[in-house]
Amino acid sequence: MKTLTVSVVTPDGPVLEDQYEMVSCKAESGELGILPGHIPLVAPLTISAVRLKKDNKTEKIAVSGGFLEVRPDKVTVLAQAAEKPSDIDVDRARRAKERAERRLQAKQDDIDFKRAELALKRALNRLDVAQNG
Amino acid sequence: MASLRDIKGRITSTKKTMQITKAMEMVSASKLNRAEQNAKSFVPYMEKMQEVVASIASGNTGADHPMLKSRPVKKTGYIVITADRGLAGAYNSNVLRKVYSVIQERHQSTDEYAVIVIGKVGRDFFKKRNIPIAKEITGLADQPAFADIQAIASETVDMYANEEVDELYMYYNHYVSAISQVVTEKKLLPLTDINPDGGQKLTSYEYEPDEKEILNVLLPQYAESLIYGALLDGKASEHAARMTAMKNATDNAGEMIDSLTLSYNRARQASITQEISEIVSGAAALE
Repeated sequence: MKTLTVSVVTPDGPVLEDQYEMVSCKAESGELGILPGHIPLVAPLTISAVRLKKDNKTEKIAVSGGFLEVRPDKVTVLAQAAEKPSDIDVDRARRAKERAERRLQAKQDDIDFKRAELALKRALNRLDVAQNG
Repeated sequence: MASLRDIKGRITSTKKTMQITKAMEMVSASKLNRAEQNAKSFVPYMEKMQEVVASIASGNTGADHPMLKSRPVKKTGYIVITADRGLAGAYNSNVLRKVYSVIQERHQSTDEYAVIVIGKVGRDFFKKRNIPIAKEITGLADQPAFADIQAIASETVDMYANEEVDELYMYYNHYVSAISQVVTEKKLLPLTDINPDGGQKLTSYEYEPDEKEILNVLLPQYAESLIYGALLDGKASEHAARMTAMKNATDNAGEMIDSLTLSYNRARQASITQEISEIVSGAAALE
């Protein structure tokens, strides 16, 4: 089966680089599935899990913001933060989730509200990937 | 001439100082190593980012975003990266002197600019001179993660997006080598100088959903990562500067100990000679 190279890079360094058969992820405009030979594409990603398929197995990567760059033989995910399930600090994510929930209940001004909402999304995404990875 | 005890005291205290500076030198050396690695692992991200931004910005003339266009400048923002501590030679003063002279040169009133400062030394410097500080961040780790500065970076980029400032400059020490760091001025926003290096062939991309949306996500992220890159560069320079400063201090302490030991031995010999001549003259008086 044809494969494509997937690399996930963040400002803190590369997270992963390997061959996969398919990449599926959630872009801002909806779900995207990418197979080898895709036309060059750029799409912003939501805070979500990127799923990488190889030999009938799926790996998940938790991605917080960023975008996806596709070339026929290569997919690059440029994210501000990205973690493999094994690298996720579950306790920290859980604490972040609780903190964000408290803030959302405390109803502050718009900016704080938005920020807390994003923090909650990130935490939930991490927890989800860590538990179901 | 100082007494034997005085000299001895000075030698021991200099030795202790030397131990400290030596330890600091070694700590800085290992931190420099880490900082270099961090800067290196950041490179792939930055390169990729640059490539995509360049291909979007240059590929289509239709690409249009406030961050790409210059507008009349009413207020200028300066991002200044300094250290939290001194003892790093001219590291802080170089950068601060440069920024200060630029500000004095370009602006008449404090309404025309604001400073975003990273590091305690810089903050104190600007506070003392009554220069308006828009944002500050202190107590950054020696090996900062992107998450540590993401808040201030995105707030800074927002300042530009909300038209609080109309251009943004960055000042930091660029790391050339362990013994050389150069103060660098970089125009951060608007992004006018995105040019693909060396005319390499750019891929033309499909955009999902469209260019505008991509630019909205991409450009702030790009600007933030430029700030982070400058910070990593600055941190590497800081450790290098501190290492060199501490090495010089250690060398100087060594020299001082040598010369103090010499005068200690002279004084010791002088006192022995004096004692002998006292004994001899005492014996001579008895005969």
